[in-house]
Amino acid sequence: MAKLTLVEAINLALKQEMAGDPRVIVLGEDVGKNGGVFRVTQGLFELFGEHRVIDTPLSESGIVGAAIGMAVYGLRPIAEIQFEGFAYAAMEQLVCHAARIRTRSRGRYECPLVVRMPYGGGIRAPEHHSESNEAYFVHTPGLKVVVPSTPYEAKGLLLSAIRDPDPVIFMEPKRVYRAIREEVPDEEYVIPLGTARVVMAGNDVTLISWGAMLQVALQGARLMGERGVSSEVLDLRTLSPLDMDTIVESIKKTKKAVIVHEAPRSCGFGAELVARINEKALFFLEAPVERVTGFDTAMPLPKLEKHFLPDAPRVVQAISRVMSI
Amino acid sequence: MPRTIIKRFNLERLQILDEQGNCDEELRPPLPNEAVRQLYQWMVAARTFDEKAFKLQREGRLGTYASILGQEAAQVASASALQPSDWMFPSFREPGASLVRGLPLRMILQYWSGDERGSMIPERQNDFPITIPVATQIPIGAGAAWGAKLKGDPIAVLVYMGDGATSKGDFHEGLNLAGVFSLPVVFFCQNNQWAISVPLSRQTAAETLAQKAIAYGFSGIQVDGNDAFAVYKATADALEKARTGHGPTFIEAVTYRIGDHTTADDASRYRSTEQVRQWKAKDPIERLRKYLERQGLWDQAYEQEVTEKAREQVEAAVREEENTPPADPQDIFRYTFRELPVELQEQLAALQNGNGRRPSR
Repeated sequence: MAKLTLVEAINLALKQEMAGDPRVIVLGEDVGKNGGVFRVTQGLFELFGEHRVIDTPLSESGIVGAAIGMAVYGLRPIAEIQFEGFAYAAMEQLVCHAARIRTRSRGRYECPLVVRMPYGGGIRAPEHHSESNEAYFVHTPGLKVVVPSTPYEAKGLLLSAIRDPDPVIFMEPKRVYRAIREEVPDEEYVIPLGTARVVMAGNDVTLISWGAMLQVALQGARLMGERGVSSEVLDLRTLSPLDMDTIVESIKKTKKAVIVHEAPRSCGFGAELVARINEKALFFLEAPVERVTGFDTAMPLPKLEKHFLPDAPRVVQAISRVMSI
Repeated sequence: MPRTIIKRFNLERLQILDEQGNCDEELRPPLPNEAVRQLYQWMVAARTFDEKAFKLQREGRLGTYASILGQEAAQVASASALQPSDWMFPSFREPGASLVRGLPLRMILQYWSGDERGSMIPERQNDFPITIPVATQIPIGAGAAWGAKLKGDPIAVLVYMGDGATSKGDFHEGLNLAGVFSLPVVFFCQNNQWAISVPLSRQTAAETLAQKAIAYGFSGIQVDGNDAFAVYKATADALEKARTGHGPTFIEAVTYRIGDHTTADDASRYRSTEQVRQWKAKDPIERLRKYLERQGLWDQAYEQEVTEKAREQVEAAVREEENTPPADPQDIFRYTFRELPVELQEQLAALQNGNGRRPSR
């Protein structure tokens, strides 16, 4: 089995799905001859040609809007937004059309669209290239939001996203793009949307994270492990739909929870998680749920970003607080 | 280096039927007499529907409604050039086009009365539902045309918009994509001069809207939007051009919104009655009627038959709509995703158990 990076795993998933389903189309800025600015779509242009791997003008609303039209027409478009900070130009198309064409047409039309975008900080990128804006999408009824954390996860989740009959926002942790290699089967496998996974089993505290923050949560868990605290680390994989059962089961066991996300704190997805934990598991808790998050500030430029992004020491502090140690 | 002119552009305006109903026979599209009469009947039906919808709103039997009074030729004649296999993307002011496409009038009333089932376009019909956010349907229509091109389907897509849409970013992005990829799409702009209270002069400094197409690398044409023949010919030619792989066209149909923006608007606050009076004199239905009369295709008996049929059609639609059983509240959830996620199942259960009470745990 080959050891792949997250970029290579997504590339493999795209190649295999495009080979198996002629309806699958990739479109976006620089996705063709250039293979994408992160090389995620490398080689697709040569394999599938300019009609299925389409270099578009600079046109986020146009790309997403046209992809919606293609999806409604019966294709399976995968639109790439080059960086998450440029997705705002496409928000109207996503919110007003992709997310609601099924309900607006009472099921006559559906929109099997995937919008891929690299997200998050930690790669010393310019302004607007380092944000973690998943909450906007989760807040939009009708969109599914998937955030893979590792290469293996990325392949299985992307195949599910492409085959899903509803629009999926697929947010790729660009900080993990080449940071991890792991074994990724060449053969096809899917990871169903709406299923979280337990990455590390433990008894004392539940760490909840997704995307790039999984590694930070794991680092914090290992540091606390050295101090005898057994952490259970969850990778949510998909924020919408959300696998609440896995979270509740873990909290029933550990009775404590820390949420780690890099997005700003207020109305970040962590806030929703705290609310749902209150609804489903309040009486199992022995301490208030802690959040380790970005701040309610603009994402800093690279020289200050390390102060903004959650890191292992902050996770350790939060775990210490919920453990009262 | 001397200054040189590197490009000159020409722009055409098409009028076939003048304001007195005189026809330029050389330009007249080769429609049989019955087809011309059909155009007239649809235009009368569209106006009858529009007047009825307005009255229903005033009686409290319909929600906010956007009138098409004065724009019947622009809508009916353009939509009549579509084939059933073509796709249509309306904005929110095209009931005349929807009528021609065969959408049950009941559904248009249903939508404006606040019932989503009015947007459940019948399977036989390749039309998008009404789109309210201005210009957002333009990139989507271009995308559907792109889908057709990629699949090799010999169809065309007709995208409607108003003059206000030409100021929006999605107009630019949609037309730009259509030009770059030579998509089989026709952009049909009903320039009715007003976007609520904002006149065309506040939308653009360009002399025409049609000239915008030039910048996107395809042809634009201005037509007299109250001239059913000009509208039909320009649209039919553009659709055929699209179906045969020759790319997009932009059509500016110059017309006028005789009514208020919607039933929630009062146009007397911002425009003169004199302007409205001048445009009423260019009425599209009266113009075609005069033509038919000269051709011996119209008399009082025919008029009575046409108006009676239109009235019956509209009254039947009103009865149908008002007798439609209310929608199931479950419908709020049912179409959010193909399969309802657990969280939504719980919220649906909360709705069914009575809103406001504690959701079940």
